[in-house]
Amino acid sequence: MASVAHEEDLHGHGHHNHDHHEEGFVSKYIFSHDHKMIGKQFLITAVFMGIIAMLLSILFRIQLAWPGESSDTLSFFLGEQWAPGGVLKEDMYLGLVTIHGTIMVFFLLTGGLSGTFSNILIPLQLGARDMASGFLNMLSYWFFAISSVTMLLSLFVESGPAMAGWTIYPPLSALPQAVSGSGLGMTLWLISMTIFIAGSLIGSLNYIVTVINLRTKGMTMTRMPLTIWTFFVTAILGVLSFPVLLSAALLLTMDRLAGTSFYLSDIIVGGEMLTNHGGSPLLYQHLFWFLGHPEVYIVLLPALGLSSEVISTNSRKPIFGYRAMIGSILAIGFLSFIVWGHHMFITGMNPFLGSVFVFTTLLIAIPSAVKVFNYLATLWRGSLIFTPAMLFAISLVSTFITGGVTGIILADSALDIAIHDTYFVVAHFHIVMGMSAVFGMFAGVYHWFPKMYGRMMNTRLGYVHFWITLVGAYGVFFPMHFVGLAGAPRRYYDFSVYKDFNIDSFEMIMDLNVIVTIFAILAALGQALFLFNFFYSIYRGPKAVQNPWNSNTLEWTTPVEHMHGNWPGELPTVHRWPYDYSKPGAETDFIPQNVPLAEGEEEH
Amino acid sequence: MESKLIILLVVIIAAVAIAQLVRVYELSSKLRGKNEHEINQKDNNFNALLLLIFMFLQFFGFIYLMLVYGWTGRGEAASIQGKETDWLLSLNFIIVSTMFFFTNALLFYFSYKYVRKPGVKAFYYPHNNKLEMFWTVVPACILAVIIILGLKSWNEITSVSGSDAKVVELYSKQFDWTARYAGKNNRLGKFDYKLTSDNNELGLVTKNTIDTAIFHMLKGVTGIESIQTKLNDPSIILSDSVRISLEKKLSSKERLIRLMYQMKENHDTKVDGDAWDDFIQKDTLYLCVNQLYEFKFRSRDVLHSAYFPHFRAQMNTVPGLTTRFKFTPDITTNEMKIKMKNENFNYILMCNKICGASHYKMNMKVIVLSKADYIKWEAKKMKETFKDKYFPAAAPAKSPNPVPVDSTAVDSSAVLPEKKDSNKKV
Ligand code: HEM
Ligand SMILES: [Cu+2]
Ligand SMILES: [Cu+2]
Repeated sequence: MASVAHEEDLHGHGHHNHDHHEEGFVSKYIFSHDHKMIGKQFLITAVFMGIIAMLLSILFRIQLAWPGESSDTLSFFLGEQWAPGGVLKEDMYLGLVTIHGTIMVFFLLTGGLSGTFSNILIPLQLGARDMASGFLNMLSYWFFAISSVTMLLSLFVESGPAMAGWTIYPPLSALPQAVSGSGLGMTLWLISMTIFIAGSLIGSLNYIVTVINLRTKGMTMTRMPLTIWTFFVTAILGVLSFPVLLSAALLLTMDRLAGTSFYLSDIIVGGEMLTNHGGSPLLYQHLFWFLGHPEVYIVLLPALGLSSEVISTNSRKPIFGYRAMIGSILAIGFLSFIVWGHHMFITGMNPFLGSVFVFTTLLIAIPSAVKVFNYLATLWRGSLIFTPAMLFAISLVSTFITGGVTGIILADSALDIAIHDTYFVVAHFHIVMGMSAVFGMFAGVYHWFPKMYGRMMNTRLGYVHFWITLVGAYGVFFPMHFVGLAGAPRRYYDFSVYKDFNIDSFEMIMDLNVIVTIFAILAALGQALFLFNFFYSIYRGPKAVQNPWNSNTLEWTTPVEHMHGNWPGELPTVHRWPYDYSKPGAETDFIPQNVPLAEGEEEH
Repeated sequence: MESKLIILLVVIIAAVAIAQLVRVYELSSKLRGKNEHEINQKDNNFNALLLLIFMFLQFFGFIYLMLVYGWTGRGEAASIQGKETDWLLSLNFIIVSTMFFFTNALLFYFSYKYVRKPGVKAFYYPHNNKLEMFWTVVPACILAVIIILGLKSWNEITSVSGSDAKVVELYSKQFDWTARYAGKNNRLGKFDYKLTSDNNELGLVTKNTIDTAIFHMLKGVTGIESIQTKLNDPSIILSDSVRISLEKKLSSKERLIRLMYQMKENHDTKVDGDAWDDFIQKDTLYLCVNQLYEFKFRSRDVLHSAYFPHFRAQMNTVPGLTTRFKFTPDITTNEMKIKMKNENFNYILMCNKICGASHYKMNMKVIVLSKADYIKWEAKKMKETFKDKYFPAAAPAKSPNPVPVDSTAVDSSAVLPEKKDSNKKV
């Protein structure tokens, strides 16, 4: 606690006094050290980035559904340079896809999801006054903000943004002669990601330290809500894997600028014979996926944590198999480091190594299955209340299943040969990682909005938003499996090439592509309802009560009005686990963690 | 412009309208003393019902897509290995579809069934070790089956083929494919990227190709000597940036030529024959039905991927690394046209690794011929070997000890115009 008190002394907030109104605008809203404010900054920035990325996806979806047709939307957003006559340029298609993927994975779902909720929930649910270091926490947000701006700037570069896919495999990403986006655009991408990684590391270290050191009295590790467990493991994954991405990016930068040959060998490009010899593009892929796979869980675990909390609360039941859930989280975290090769079965990697990765990858399906069954058991004989958050949490379980089972097919190297890099993969990862994480994020926003802003979001609008999103998401990504099974490669600008050799496939792909695009536009429009609801409710929503969902965790014992230090007076003491819902013999169907055990009551 | 204004206006009006509706809704809730966080019974039941309906939609959607689009997209697998893959894929598909239906059904059914009912309390049920054991072990067993079958296929498909396989090299560059058949002796000639030029596109290594390449490097239009002349000629005034870039070019060319001299030193002319009898094929890849093929893949510039959707085969091509794959086509193109009921159907080799702006156009037709047709085609191609086409006057392929030639002497046919685009940036 000492460090927190010290932090506050620095801003002249002596003890935990209530008059935080004296704070200046700048230190309250911009360079705030308060974890709640920083969490909200992360959220707003990420939502903004998410909107941009969604818009980009609509732009390239228009091209995929109606290739070569002039579109007002395209010329409106991209102008003559990138969409002459309203038709998207080939290389800009790749640019849009690349930036879309990058923003979605890193900015929305890594920065946005764990940045927002780790910040808001870790201190509140642990009973801490703030993060271990408020200053580093602020720094982590500002790194995130600067890297976001840099990434967006790269869209406006003359030679175009990075175009090598979000995985930026060299040599394509290393050679400006190979594609126009590998010039300044790629440089900006690398700069932006470097800053992003720095911010993410600072943030993660802060979360880890906070979880280890700042738990309030009685909050043992096995009394922590699952949200905290997931944030904790996520932060550890981030600390261990992001530096590897940084090193991969650094070596790439050297190949680009200093003439080194880490990834380059025996290349002739643009009529020029390069002297690089001895490097290996596979080295990059190993380094990238050593981050890349844990990254998937960095995105997913917080979403699973949030939904555990939401499902338990709104089922009015303890989460089933709390310890097994923790075990699964740890197992997934550990295994995620030894499966990266499943992205490389057909890259020329030794097939024996491939078989090892098949084995480890399919192992990961076991803890995932355990999680799913535990969710199902939690719902069983519950008393379900369908708040918008609960609906999103349930559909997260659904997408986690739907996307998870196709993962079993992709992890089987023999089958991956036939579907690698097709739309089957695009469908798989969007459902299991994209949609699950987005649903988890929405669940979190709807559930904790009253804690963040002291007001309620409109439930009815929430319902409409939910149903449009769920139907839209499945409508977009379900048919994509079949596009992939027809053999359609991803990152293709136009499938008209099929006309020359298989008109039936062509027609099937185009039919599905049109359906997908229409659902995508519908889903995108649906998000406007969310935005409206969100911003409207911040200012005009009905005032929230202290514990609107009758929840057990500590954040609902803090006053509705935000204050520095979170609790007036003493920090709460924890006496029980967070899942005492509908406990037999209790008066209410929930018992907050700070309520002492009744006489003769046993802990779960 | 006008239409944009109108759209903007509509958006604004819609936002205002929703705001008003929300306002009215909130006021009326207030009047009824209802709080936003209390979900009323009607809304709750309605959403539970919708979830159940959604489940049916999802299931019917899946079945419908499966029936209409299922596997028709690329037809039956046209290779022996591909048939194995398809069999395994179908089996896996059945397993995972079962899991998909089962768990999604439980999820949505429970959501519907256990919706809050007045007076019914949730069942306090924190854990049950037996159950948890059960659903750890059962998936583990299913996965074990999947892993064992999968690895068995994988080992078969990726094992190196024996000497009965015909060897073909597929060479990729932005944005096309070139095939090289191993010729009479079924051995591919060696290659080195430094020897790549217009008349030796694949950089094959023979004594003559080395000599030619050295000659061009020294004396070609943008060769070392011409750069040196330019740099040293006092009558030409070069801007600093041009000079620097020329010097850079020169130093990299000097480095390359040193390596080429080394290559020449170490070259063993005995292997020349392997390259001379190879033949090169563009636009269309011809294969013989029921013949095992050992493919070698190479790339000139960036990563590409050789993707044969109909044979269920795929392998990346990597600059600086030769990758390999094998398969045995077992349905001729003509047979497949009938099976697909499509006169214009063709097999295809597509690029399936993002490789630049025209990535989506990078493909090559594949034609599988009957044995008789293939032999005819091959006999014709055997007369257009690498040597016949580009170096007809070179020392005969078979002679074990060719007469030594002066190192500066170059085969007359080799003195073609230097690849025009190299170094054109200066
Ligand atoms: C409106 C919703 C979305 C639509 C319509 C959409 C559509 C697409 C499509 C069609 C592609 C593939 C393009 C290609 O390979 O040629 C793609 C790529 C991608 N998307 Fe999305 N997407 C959406 C949301 C998301 C979300 C939420 C995520 C977060 C994980 C995401 C992450 C990615 C990634 C990582 C790629 C790969 C980019 C690359 O190939 O480099 N997308 N998206
Ligand atoms: Cu992975
Ligand atoms: Cu390519």
